Amino acid sequence: MELLVASATGVLVAVGVYLLLRGRTFPVIVGLTFLSYAANVFLFAIGRLAINRPPIISPNASGYTDPLPQALVLTAIVISFGMTALIVVLALRGFLETGSDRVDLDTLDDARAPRKKPDPGRGDWPA
Amino acid sequence: MSNLIVVPTVLPAMTAALLILALRHDLARQRIASVAATAALLAITIGLFMLASDGQPRAYLLGNWPAPFGIVLVLDGLSATMLVLTSALAFLILPYAIKGWDAQGRHFHALFQFQLLGINGAFLTGDLFNLFVFFEVMLIASYGLMLHGGGAPRLKAGFQYVAINLVASTLFLFAVGLIYAVTGTLNMADLAGKVAQIAAGDQALLKSGALMLLIVFAIKAALVPLHWWLPATYAATSAPSAALFMIMTKVGAYSILRVYALIFGAEAGALAQLANPWIPPAAIVTLVFGSVGMLASRTLRDLVCFWVVASMGTLLIALGTFDLPGVTAALYYLIHSTLTGAALFLLADLVAERRAQWLDRLIPAPEIQRATLIGGLFFLAAIAAVGMPPLSGFIGKLMVLEALRGAPGWPLIWFAILGTSLLMIVGFAHAGSTLFWKSRDANKIVEESDRRSFLPIVVVALLLAGTAGLSVAAGPATRSLEGIARQALDPNPYVRAVLGTDARVRAAGR
Repeated sequence: MELLVASATGVLVAVGVYLLLRGRTFPVIVGLTFLSYAANVFLFAIGRLAINRPPIISPNASGYTDPLPQALVLTAIVISFGMTALIVVLALRGFLETGSDRVDLDTLDDARAPRKKPDPGRGDWPA
Repeated sequence: MSNLIVVPTVLPAMTAALLILALRHDLARQRIASVAATAALLAITIGLFMLASDGQPRAYLLGNWPAPFGIVLVLDGLSATMLVLTSALAFLILPYAIKGWDAQGRHFHALFQFQLLGINGAFLTGDLFNLFVFFEVMLIASYGLMLHGGGAPRLKAGFQYVAINLVASTLFLFAVGLIYAVTGTLNMADLAGKVAQIAAGDQALLKSGALMLLIVFAIKAALVPLHWWLPATYAATSAPSAALFMIMTKVGAYSILRVYALIFGAEAGALAQLANPWIPPAAIVTLVFGSVGMLASRTLRDLVCFWVVASMGTLLIALGTFDLPGVTAALYYLIHSTLTGAALFLLADLVAERRAQWLDRLIPAPEIQRATLIGGLFFLAAIAAVGMPPLSGFIGKLMVLEALRGAPGWPLIWFAILGTSLLMIVGFAHAGSTLFWKSRDANKIVEESDRRSFLPIVVVALLLAGTAGLSVAAGPATRSLEGIARQALDPNPYVRAVLGTDARVRAAGR
């Protein structure tokens, strides 16, 4: 089981990093989601892998599993869920406003200067 | 009295809730509530600073759960200083935002308060996982503030900013997980005692966790090669947000100092001084990179952004020594660079709004209104930023140079700091002379009188007065900061305040 959990985390991270390095917003978001899944699985495993053990005190328990990683992973899931929702909205708004879903900032310099106004740097001075 | 420690997190949270729930549609009342809450926060943080000035760290146990199990907030000189700096900066920036920026989108004041909640929490928390949570609170609010006002370039830069911070958060989780897996605790005081006791087989895991944490903090502190998000983000956001974000890079520097002096400090056994080999070289490259970037900037805003990168380099060169003179100099430079950077961002905005379509681009344009006043303020801010006498930048850089004398490779570091100062002078001189002296067409002075409010200029003047005050009161300030640095570098009082016992006593008892 250790091998399974470890390789699952590894594969999730690899997929996440690969998608993160793509040039368009949708693969990047999916990559971020994969990375946060990997973090969640990893956090589960930090309290050691234990099966069929209760996390709270019970009189007839033979042993316990660490409850703290479950609390940590719950917090992490909530935060990454909210963040994913935010970045999806952000990507959509960006796509609708600029007409492109590229991640890079190549167009930034053009976009920063209002298009309709003259550019005195190029010599077109308003009369 | 020590119940006051929780107020810097509770007050902004309650204010933000009030702003969203009760005052959503009433901008005028939002402004009153926001200013009043920030003024109260400033008063309370000053009170906390007085409380902490006796050199005794204090712990606040939430719900009165005993320390390694419950959530704990810790107030010591370092966190109190950062709290005062944050609330003072927020209090000064808020009037600037009220001049009109806050009306360009919704919920500016609520986001502003949430941002203060996250920053204050990050400075107060004594627990690594809570540091993660407060980082997230701070970042979520900063996404909102960064995108405030909207517009295509801001959205584009915002996506990158959010994406890089999500990756950093994921790394933070992996690092925290590794540290918990090995030590079984995330309480910083508890970790300080346990790290030295780790079995040899687990040291590699703990070390990877600790260094991953350093990557996360380096992203926040804009350390090369993890700095590239900063110029794009800060240049695209609104001026008050950029000015407030000046404190966010400092959160990264604070976290580096807190974690690597307290947990992985001199007494951490095999993992002692873990960050020491990594920070100074990266900081020197950061300084050089930022200064060269200043020469390549085409707008005043970009110039200031690259100056922020360079100033983080200077700060971390001093901080990376982790000794008393170095950390004292770093704290002094931290306060100076926060105030100066905020003033520069607001000045860039003042210039841009007066230059019509030329904005803050470094090309000749018709002379701006109130050119003498704004130009004079820019001159003062540039002097402070570059590190020329008499303002605090000069004293800060002098302290950094003095602290590094005798450190390994100090001639190189001195050369880097002094050489980049020259590059900064060239950058600021070019920007200032283009913006204020090279009028493209002398007859084209815009006729209409400047009906804009005087308040934003007063805000900038007050920020600069802060750096002037810091240089006038340099003697008492450095003495006070030296005490704070000594306290920050000594884990034992901190551990005693949180756990009730000495780190070494605890370690020996195991």
